[in-house]
Amino acid sequence: MQYSKKEYLDYLNQKSPNSTIIKDIICAFLVGGIICVIGQAFYDLYNKAFGIDEETARTAVSVTMVFLGAFLTGINVYGKIAKYAGAGTLVPITGFANAIVSPAMEFKKEGLVLGLAAKMFVIAGPVLVYGITASAFVGVIYYIIGLMGGSL
Amino acid sequence: MNNKLGKQTVKINDVGIISSAAIVGEKEGKGPLADSFDIVLPDNEWNEKTWEKTESKMQREAVKLSLTKIGLTTENVDRIFSGDLLNQCIGAAFGLRDLDIPYYGIYGACSTMVEGISLAAQIIDGGFADVAAAVTSSHFCTAERQYRNPLEYGGQRTPSAQWTVTGAGSAILKKGEGDVKVTHITAGKIVDMGVKDANNMGGAMAPAAYSTIKAHFKERNISPSEYDLIVTGDLGKIGAEILVELLQKDGIDISSNYKDCGCMIYNIEEQDVHAGASGCGCIGSVLCGYLLPLMKKKEISSLLAVGTGALLSPTSTLQGETVPTIAHAVSLKTRE
Repeated sequence: MQYSKKEYLDYLNQKSPNSTIIKDIICAFLVGGIICVIGQAFYDLYNKAFGIDEETARTAVSVTMVFLGAFLTGINVYGKIAKYAGAGTLVPITGFANAIVSPAMEFKKEGLVLGLAAKMFVIAGPVLVYGITASAFVGVIYYIIGLMGGSL
Repeated sequence: MNNKLGKQTVKINDVGIISSAAIVGEKEGKGPLADSFDIVLPDNEWNEKTWEKTESKMQREAVKLSLTKIGLTTENVDRIFSGDLLNQCIGAAFGLRDLDIPYYGIYGACSTMVEGISLAAQIIDGGFADVAAAVTSSHFCTAERQYRNPLEYGGQRTPSAQWTVTGAGSAILKKGEGDVKVTHITAGKIVDMGVKDANNMGGAMAPAAYSTIKAHFKERNISPSEYDLIVTGDLGKIGAEILVELLQKDGIDISSNYKDCGCMIYNIEEQDVHAGASGCGCIGSVLCGYLLPLMKKKEISSLLAVGTGALLSPTSTLQGETVPTIAHAVSLKTRE
């Protein structure tokens, strides 16, 4: 071999095409934006048209969007959008639904308990662990600041 | 009788491939080699409950088909060498369990087809078997769930990623017969150039192919022009380009008679497979379905088939290990 390991990795890096970042960012922005607009439309519908109070309407929007994400995953559409949208479909709450539903569908064949249920959080698990930990941590800071008479 | 030509290469005296069969999935059945395959699956399941069962069925049916083509039954086969990509090689073991043939399970990742042919040819030439079979398979869905994410998960693939072929290939070897003779075998060494990116398999495996091909030419004291065609298993666009350049630097020019099965089985752009195809079934189906019949028809008379494999596991990738790779080569010649 004419290359050392380090030289080979540099060479390989130069040979391998990079992701089309600008295109990916634009697609993510557009699709992610559209998902948020849909969410806002549901909020307006619940809050203004149905007269549901602000907090309940927000929760209802989350429930609706999670349902849509799960439903589109189930009929094999979400993954196809995500192929182009990337982070645009990953970051909103619909992406969370996709991350839960897709392994649940796939691992159903290994049984309802050790397959579906156990594997359901295989992708979303880390998000839950670190998300909940971080929120608890922030809660403690918030509390301490409150004790000191400050406000956020 | 010394058949050892060097550390890696041996000479095979009189073994031929008497039959072969290939079964592929739906997507492969829409690619440029569609007409070459014996069976194209109607869907991912092929009437089975799980994809793993489908993959096993593909192996079993490929073996049966390659035997019926020449009027043999499983009774006539002395040894079978098989492997696949699934944990503990269940594709092979479950698929072949009812065939009642003495079985050796092998694992060479995507080089398994060529590894199997190598072992079958040597065991026959050594006089330990008269007829032996080499089989392998991969299935896009079983590979994805083992190595990557669930199918419905919304993720993006990097441009260097390769698409796992749904396909199985079976080759039957016999002493003294067959239109295609196995003339030489070069066993690969494990090569690791420190690549960690599990989404750039072609780039990781190219040095292994380089090492084996170079050893083959050196130990046989021949040049690439000896072959009508040199094929590698699944280096894909990136790996294939690197292989040609690596050999070129050593003064070995394969640019005019070299192809990669990973670049042959799909219309790469149209079928959106990024850097090309991969999987045991890639060279498995291309060799057994397309190349061997081509040799039988004497459209090519000499072929160097190089199976390339990445010997990683999902665990090793998570633990941040580099990717060890291997390439096995078998030299085939149409019988005069």
